Amino acid sequence: MMARDASTALPRPSSRRWLPHPLISAVLVLVWLLLQNDFSLGQLLIGLVLGLVVPWLSAGLWPAPPCILSYRKAIAFVLLVAWDIAVANVVVARLVLFRPVAELRMRWVRVPLELEAAEAIAAFAATITLTPGTVSCELSADGRSLLVHCLDVGDAEEAASDMKRRYEARLKEIFG
Amino acid sequence: MNLYAEIAVALLIVVGASFGLVGSWGLLRLPHLMARLHAPTKATTLGVGSVLLASMVYFLATGEGFSVHEALIVLFLFLTAPVSASFVARAYLRAHVDPAELPGAGEQGWASFAPRAGDGGDQAEASSS
Repeated sequence: MMARDASTALPRPSSRRWLPHPLISAVLVLVWLLLQNDFSLGQLLIGLVLGLVVPWLSAGLWPAPPCILSYRKAIAFVLLVAWDIAVANVVVARLVLFRPVAELRMRWVRVPLELEAAEAIAAFAATITLTPGTVSCELSADGRSLLVHCLDVGDAEEAASDMKRRYEARLKEIFG
Repeated sequence: MNLYAEIAVALLIVVGASFGLVGSWGLLRLPHLMARLHAPTKATTLGVGSVLLASMVYFLATGEGFSVHEALIVLFLFLTAPVSASFVARAYLRAHVDPAELPGAGEQGWASFAPRAGDGGDQAEASSS
């Protein structure tokens, strides 16, 4: 058993084997306690068991654990996106209520990606879907571009560079 | 519960309900699936968010303590909305969209239309149908 492990994979420190993704484990424990609304020792123990077992069972889905370089920037990013979501709601509500359907400039936009980590691309795609009049739909087979559907956009190039400047640049600093 | 808290709760519920209504109206009014997908992924997030915020304010004001379940609901909603929107969009792309209408995506094209490993017949089947 040990010999096979050593021959197929690089030797890993034992902390990595028992706790492959410390961040996911911590989030699971916290979410469990918040769900129960009960910060007792018993619930903490159940949370810890979940925090150990779930990452272990789902390890195959996380081949390269996400690495967050700056938590301060990550929190700033979440606040920026929350603000943009509030604005997006008002913008889209106005379009839906007052703009004649024929005048909506709907189009597909290709956003070339500079991000490489799967987690970073997923965060970028989710952000695009949650913000003004854009839904990210598809990734190219080579993973280098994202297909985005825009509800009302004049210039495709400009829309793509807006998204890259506002979100991708920040995500690049967060995920490296 | 004091008057200010009541006004805040009432206001948040009305705002939330309005955005929910606009989202549903968009679903009804917009012409095709891709356009309709915009309404529920946006308008309803703020709609649900406001109603949940109202619930938090209510439980704080009535002295039943701070409730974090609402924050978790918002978190789960924001995690699942983009994933389900993306799945609906991909199913639509595969079934109803000609790749020629889409902007180019390099040599290998978009993932929905790319031939998959161990799935040789797929491409021939797609082009004949």
